[in-house]
Amino acid sequence: MTFASIIIQLLNGLAAAASLFLVSAGLSLIFGVTRIVNFAHGSLYMLGLYGAYSLIQALGRTPMGFWTSVVLAALAVGLVGVLIEVLILRRIYKAPELFQLLATFAVVLVIKDIALFVWGAEDLVGPRAPGLSTVEILGRRIPTYDLLLIAIGPMVLLAMWLLLTRTRWGALVRAATQDREMVGALGVDQAKLFTSVFFVGAVLAGLGGALQIPREPANLELDLSVIADAFVVTVVGGLGSIGGAFLAAVLIGVAKAFCIGIGTVNWFGAEIVFSKLTLVVEFLIMAIVLVVRPFGLLGKPQAAQRIAADPAPPLTVPSWTFVLIGLALLLVVPIATDRYVTILLTDIFCFALFAVSLHFIMGPAGMVSFGHAAYFGLGAYAAGLLLKRAGLPMEMALVLAPLVAGAFAVVYGWFCVRLSGVYLAMLTLAFAQISWSIVFQWDSFTGGSNGVFGVWPSAWLAGKTTYYYLALAFCGAGIALLWRVLFSPFGYALRAGRDSALRAEAIGIDLRAYQWMAFVLVGALAGLAGAVYAFSKGSISPSTISIAQSTDGLIMVLLGGVETLTGPLAGAAIFTWLRDEVARRTEFWRAVMGLVILAIVLLFPQGLVGGLKALTQRWREARSWEKTV
Amino acid sequence: MLTRNTFLAGAAALVALSVVAPAGAQAPIKIGELNSYKVFPAFLEPYKKGFELAVEEVNAAGGVLGRKIEVVSRDDNGNPGDAVRVAEELLSREGASFLVGTFPSNVGLAVADFAKQRKVLFIAAEPLTDKIVWDQGNAYTFRLRTSTYMQTAMLIPDAVKLNKKRWAIVYPNYEYGQSATAAFKKLLSAKQPGVEFVTEQATPLGKIDAGAVVQALADAKPDAIFSSLFGPDLAKFVREGQQRGVFKGVEVFNLLAGEPEYLDPLKEETPDGWYVTGYPWSELKTPEHTKFLDAYQAKYKDYPRLGSVVGYATIMSAVAIIKKAGSLDQDKLIAAASGITVLTPFGMVEYRPIDHQSTMGAYVGKLGVKDGKGYMKEWRFVDGKDVLPSDAEIKEMRPAK
Repeated sequence: MTFASIIIQLLNGLAAAASLFLVSAGLSLIFGVTRIVNFAHGSLYMLGLYGAYSLIQALGRTPMGFWTSVVLAALAVGLVGVLIEVLILRRIYKAPELFQLLATFAVVLVIKDIALFVWGAEDLVGPRAPGLSTVEILGRRIPTYDLLLIAIGPMVLLAMWLLLTRTRWGALVRAATQDREMVGALGVDQAKLFTSVFFVGAVLAGLGGALQIPREPANLELDLSVIADAFVVTVVGGLGSIGGAFLAAVLIGVAKAFCIGIGTVNWFGAEIVFSKLTLVVEFLIMAIVLVVRPFGLLGKPQAAQRIAADPAPPLTVPSWTFVLIGLALLLVVPIATDRYVTILLTDIFCFALFAVSLHFIMGPAGMVSFGHAAYFGLGAYAAGLLLKRAGLPMEMALVLAPLVAGAFAVVYGWFCVRLSGVYLAMLTLAFAQISWSIVFQWDSFTGGSNGVFGVWPSAWLAGKTTYYYLALAFCGAGIALLWRVLFSPFGYALRAGRDSALRAEAIGIDLRAYQWMAFVLVGALAGLAGAVYAFSKGSISPSTISIAQSTDGLIMVLLGGVETLTGPLAGAAIFTWLRDEVARRTEFWRAVMGLVILAIVLLFPQGLVGGLKALTQRWREARSWEKTV
Repeated sequence: MLTRNTFLAGAAALVALSVVAPAGAQAPIKIGELNSYKVFPAFLEPYKKGFELAVEEVNAAGGVLGRKIEVVSRDDNGNPGDAVRVAEELLSREGASFLVGTFPSNVGLAVADFAKQRKVLFIAAEPLTDKIVWDQGNAYTFRLRTSTYMQTAMLIPDAVKLNKKRWAIVYPNYEYGQSATAAFKKLLSAKQPGVEFVTEQATPLGKIDAGAVVQALADAKPDAIFSSLFGPDLAKFVREGQQRGVFKGVEVFNLLAGEPEYLDPLKEETPDGWYVTGYPWSELKTPEHTKFLDAYQAKYKDYPRLGSVVGYATIMSAVAIIKKAGSLDQDKLIAAASGITVLTPFGMVEYRPIDHQSTMGAYVGKLGVKDGKGYMKEWRFVDGKDVLPSDAEIKEMRPAK
C-alpha cells in the first residue's frame, strides 16, 4: 500500500464507521437503561433506509428534499420504536432476563414481511446525495458525502454527550443505567423514561439507516446484517458507553478497509488473502478485546442489578408418569402416523437436545450463550468429516462427533467463563462466528460454503423409522443425562454460582472450574444433537453454525420458558412444528410466526411451560381455598 | 326389492368408487417444488409467476397423460436442513411424483444428494453451481439453468478480443463467486497466454465495503475488471466506482448484471459499456419468446424477469419428461429426462445425457442507459451447448456412478 492509498482507505473506513456508530449508540443506550437486548434494532435501521427512499421520491431529489427526508425518516423510525416499547415491551419488563429478546425477535419477523409487502422484493437504489459531488485527495476522488459522514459521527457523539451530561433527561438516563430500581424508588416515572429512551435509540438507528441511502440500496437483508455488527460495536466499546461505541465503530470500520486495502500478500512464501478476512474481522477484534478487556474498551464492570423479576424458582423434575406416557406416545408414532410425522419429530428431537443443552448453560448455570450453534455445527461437521474424510464407519463417527465438539468447548469455554453477562454471551458468539468463517472458507476440507454431502447413515439405520428410534434414543439419553446432572451436586453447585457467585466461592466451590466443565458438557451434547441432525439430512452446510441457528436455539428456550426443565422441549417442538406448519399455509409466514410468538410472549411472560405451571398453580390454590371455605 | 345382498354390493361399489376415483383419471399429477422464497424474493417472486403461468397453459391444453398437473410449492428457508425436510414432506405426505426447484447452490446440492438417496428425479431449476452436474453429479439430478462455468465462458471471447493484460477480480465470497473466478482465470489464461491477474477481492455476500474495494482495485492499476457481484453488492460497487471515476478507461465484465432482477434497480446509475450476461426481454423477437412474453404480460400486467423464464421452463421441462416417460415410474422418468429436448422461451434446450446439464443459453451484450433506465445493447444469444467443456473433461469430473 502506498501512502496515498493508506490515507484513502482510512477515510473509507471512517465513512463506513459513521452509520455503524449511530446504530450502535442507539442500541447501547437502550440496553444500558432497559437491559433489553433489542434484536429489532437492525429492523429499525432498515426501516430508516426504506423510509428515506420513499420520502425522497415524494419530496424530490434536491438538497432540501434529501435532508428533510433523512430527518423525517429518522423521526418516523423513532415513532416505530415508541410503538414497540408501549405496545409490547412495556408489558414484559418483569419477565425473566432475556425474555424481551424473544419479543424483539418476533418484531424482526413482522417488520421484514411488512417491508416486503410495502416496498416489494426488488432492491431500491436511492439517489446520490444531491448537491454534493466528489473531491480529489492525493490524486483520488472521494465522494464529498463520505467526508460529511466522517464529520457527522463526532457531531452526533458530541450531541449525545451534551444530552447525557447537561440535561435532566440525561442525568436520569445515566442514573437508570446504573440502578434503575433506585431511580424508580425516587419517584421517576420509569415508563416515560423508557419510552423516551426507546425513541432516542430508534431515531439513532433510523438516522444511521437514512444516512446510508446514497451508499446502500434499501433491501430486505439489511436488518440481520447490521444487527450483528451493531452488537459487536456496542460490546467492543463497552455496554452503555457512547464514546466506546464510537471508538469501536472506528476501529472496526478502519480495520475492514485495511483488510481490503492490503488485499493478498505473500509472507514467507505463504499467500494470505486479507480481503477474505472481511467476513469475520469484527468478531476477531471482539474476541481479542474481550479476552484482554472483559468489559470492552471503555466499559465499566456492570453494576450489580437488582433483579426486576422474582428469582428463578427451584427446578422441579417432571414426574415419572409424565415421562413414561410421553415416551410411550413417541414410541408408537411411527406405527400410528404417516412417514412425515416421524421426519418432523426427528428434527424436533435434535433441536430439543440442542435447546436443552443451551438451557442447561443459560438457565441453571447462568451463562447465556449467543453462539451455541458452534457446538451443534461442529458436532455435525465432525460427524460428516469423520465419515467422509477419515473414512470411519457411520456408527463411530456418530459416537466420536460429540467428543470433537466437546474438545472445542474446552478451548472456547476456558475463555468464556472468565467473563460474565452479555460480555460472556458475545464472546461465545465471537467464537461461533470464527468457527463459521473457517468452515465457510476452508473449501478443501469442509467443502466451504457448500458443505459436506453424502452423510447418510449405515444401511441398517437408513430407514426413516429406524433412524427415528435412533434419534429418540440418542437425544433422549442426552436430555436425561443433562437433567440428571442438574440434580447432582455438580448441578446444585452451578445453580449456587448463578444465584450468588460470592457465596458459592465462600463455601469452597471452584466456580470457574465448574462452569468450564459445564461448558464442555453442553458443548459435547449439542455436538451430539448436531451429529444426529447431520445423518438425518445427508448433508451439512455452514448454516448449522450460523447466527440464525444460535438464535433459533435461544428462541426455543425462551418460548418454552427458561425457568422450567421441560420448557426447552416444548419450545423446540412448538417452534419447529409452527415454522413447518405456517410456512406451508401462508405466503407471509414470517409475519404470522412473529405474531404468534408475540401472542405467546404477551400471554405467557414466563414462556409456555412456565405460564401453564403458573396457571395450574393458581387453579390449585383457588381450589384449596374453596375447600377450606 | 332391496335385498341385503344388493345393498351390500351397492355399498361396496360406492366404497370402491370413492377409493378408486382420486387415483383415477381425474387426480392431478403433483410436482413437488421447493425454493428459498423469503431469502431471495427479488428472483423468486417472478420465478413463481413463471411456473404458475406454465401450469395454467399445460392444464388448459389438457394436461399430461390425460391428467392435470399441480405444483405443490414449499419455502425451504434458504437452509439445506429445512430443504431436505420439506423435500421429504413433498414426497411422503403430499405424494409429489418428483422434485423441482431450489436457488442457492448449497441447498441445490443438498437436495440433489437427497434425490440420489431417495432415488427420485430432481430438476434443479436455478442453482448455478457447476458441482451439481459435475463433481457432485448424480443419476437423478438434472439442471436447467446456464451454469456459472457456462456464463463465464460466454464472456471469454469478448475478453480475449480486448487483449487486456492486467485484470483485477472481485467476487462474492462463496461457491458461485469462487467458481466464476476460477473458471474465468483458467479459460482466459488458456486463450491469452501472459495475462496477469493483478488483484483479487473476495467480499462477504451482501456486505461489500464498496468504497474500500473499489479503491483497492484501482490501486492495482488494472486494464480490465472481472466481477461476479450481483444484487445490493453490485449496486454499491457501481455507485462507488462511478462516483470515484475508477471505471474510466477500464473495461468491466460482470456476470449476471444484465438480468432484469439486478439491472433494473440500477436505473440511471447503470454503467455504460460493461460486458454482461443477461436477458434483454423487451428486444427478443423469436416466436417462442413472443408467445411467452404476451401470455405473461396478459396474465400479470408486468414484464418477465429471468426468474420468470426459469420458472416457466422448469415446469415445461417437467411436463415434457412425464410425457416422454409415459408414466410416473422413477426409472422411466430418469430415462426420459436424459437427452430430452424441450422448447423454452430461449429456444430448444437439451438435457445432455452425459452430465444432465441443459443446453439453455444466455444473452451476452453490453450495458447502456436510456431514459434513466438500464438496458442491454449489442447483445447476441449464445447457445449453452457451445460453451461446455469437452466430453472427456466432463467424464473426468463426474463420478462414474
